[in-house]
Amino acid sequence: MTDLAVETRGLTKRFGHQLAVDSLDLAAPRGSVFALLGPNGSGKTTTIRMLLGLAAATGGTARVLDHEVPGGLGAALPQVGALIEGPAFYPFLTGADNLARLDAADPRGRARTRSHRVAEALERVGLTKAAGKKVRAYSLGMKQRLGLANALLLPRELLVLDEPTNGLDPQGTREVRSLIRSLADGGTTVLVSSHLLAEVEQVSTHAAVMHQGRLKAQGTLAELRAAGTAQVLLRTPDPEAAAAELVRFGLVVTGRQQAADGSTDLTATLPEDAPAPEYLVAELVAAGVGVRGFEVRRPSMEELFVALTGEGFDVAR
Amino acid sequence: MPGDRAAGGTTIALLASELRVLLRRGRTWAMFGALAAIPVLLALVVFFSASPPGPGEGPPLLDKVTQNGMFVSVTALVVTTPLFLPLTISVVSGDAIAGEAGLGTLRYLLVAPAGRLRLLVVKYAGAAVFAVLAPAVVLLVGWAIGSALFGVGEATLLSGDVIGPGGALARSALVALHVAISMLGLSAIGLFASTLTTVGVGAMAATAVLAVVAQVLGQLDQLAWLHPWLFTHHWLGMMDLLREPISFSGLTDNLVLQAGYLAFFGALAYGRFTTKDVLS
Repeated sequence: MTDLAVETRGLTKRFGHQLAVDSLDLAAPRGSVFALLGPNGSGKTTTIRMLLGLAAATGGTARVLDHEVPGGLGAALPQVGALIEGPAFYPFLTGADNLARLDAADPRGRARTRSHRVAEALERVGLTKAAGKKVRAYSLGMKQRLGLANALLLPRELLVLDEPTNGLDPQGTREVRSLIRSLADGGTTVLVSSHLLAEVEQVSTHAAVMHQGRLKAQGTLAELRAAGTAQVLLRTPDPEAAAAELVRFGLVVTGRQQAADGSTDLTATLPEDAPAPEYLVAELVAAGVGVRGFEVRRPSMEELFVALTGEGFDVAR
Repeated sequence: MPGDRAAGGTTIALLASELRVLLRRGRTWAMFGALAAIPVLLALVVFFSASPPGPGEGPPLLDKVTQNGMFVSVTALVVTTPLFLPLTISVVSGDAIAGEAGLGTLRYLLVAPAGRLRLLVVKYAGAAVFAVLAPAVVLLVGWAIGSALFGVGEATLLSGDVIGPGGALARSALVALHVAISMLGLSAIGLFASTLTTVGVGAMAATAVLAVVAQVLGQLDQLAWLHPWLFTHHWLGMMDLLREPISFSGLTDNLVLQAGYLAFFGALAYGRFTTKDVLS
């Protein structure tokens, strides 16, 4: 048994001329909450479809819970709960009957315990009262909850949740986050995809960022945060002297802006081998530069995410 | 593709679930209702018409109806076999995979994992059960309305022999069995069509059109060499069951032909469904 719940090597999917997923090397450790991030159309769902055997890879290999994909999926999938590209149910059946139907398709879904497990899963997502209602009458948020309940019918080693907070109100989003946290505390590996970093940043331990089918970054959240270069913000009435002093210590001045009090805000990148900030400030003062403000900033995950994937409303392609 | 493994008990459970879904569906009962209306209409029209139909008038065997209520079933089965019944079969079999794909439930069944081969087998079994239930509805409703309006008495067969009520009951049940068997090939065609698309209505329409086309081809004498190979060839062969001595050769020939269609289109459906990407 390796310590990876999901591992892909060079995983590729081509639709016609378009590379939906391009040589993807994912590594999601067991026990992690692994966020698969990327804008709409970046290949997250296609990746998930390949991992679950719904679509065949054009190239590369994948392993899920130490089973080859797709050959070993018959053994792996019973240990996997999934929500893929939104919930889907029979509108003419009740919520509880829909869960019973999908449970009957699961080789591990024992008929004797079925109604009990269905009731438990519904309770867990707060749908007990709607259990007897036809899904036709469910709101999008209720269907999303029912989809989560389906993933929770049996204890799983791995949960794959594709955009689990779609259609949920802020309250529902918080509930999903706490659900993910409690599942992870129980030892379940959770692979959660999202186009909204803020939705998963608080719960995930690891993340991968995809853009146009490619992996842009991957690692623990701390590693990803450290990957961004730090910046120095200096407010001074003597910009020329200050800039000369910063350059002397290997910093690169990238911005210069007039501030309200007649001084200037200088922005400079801080290389890893640059002197400590307190030393820089002391040197600036010693050189007669007036220091009205000094700050070292690392980019937020959000800024990092935008830097990796670009900004704006356009879907990736 | 993944998940294909034998699992005796759970396959039965999946089939039971499949049948529950089929029978909880309003559409299924609407089709049963429409099928049940045929023998009722037939019986009422004959009952209220001023003069009983003479030999050879109207649909086959209509003239026998007044002698024995059991014949309402037989006449209704003969009337529904060319178009009405195949339409309902097309709806169920054409929707088998495509309908799940259209709803999106197919991806959840597959990651459960139902197993692609297992799901295909269960889907066909479900369609086959419907192919038995549909003529059974016509048969039972025909029995009920026929015995209520015309009573149960002796019946004259096509060969001129006279049989008792028990014999008539058995013969009409045999006719229903023949009709059910006749629909097995069409169900396999529908299942294959269903693996080609995510639009259930498209697969249903294609299947129904094929049923009509096959019957049209069966009418063309120029294509006589083709006729024994058409899945519709024995569809109206139930008349052999209404003669004395009874001939089962039509029934068995039909069974062999339908099994051939099942093997061929079942293999096509397997080849298609086990290799295709499920993207809906």
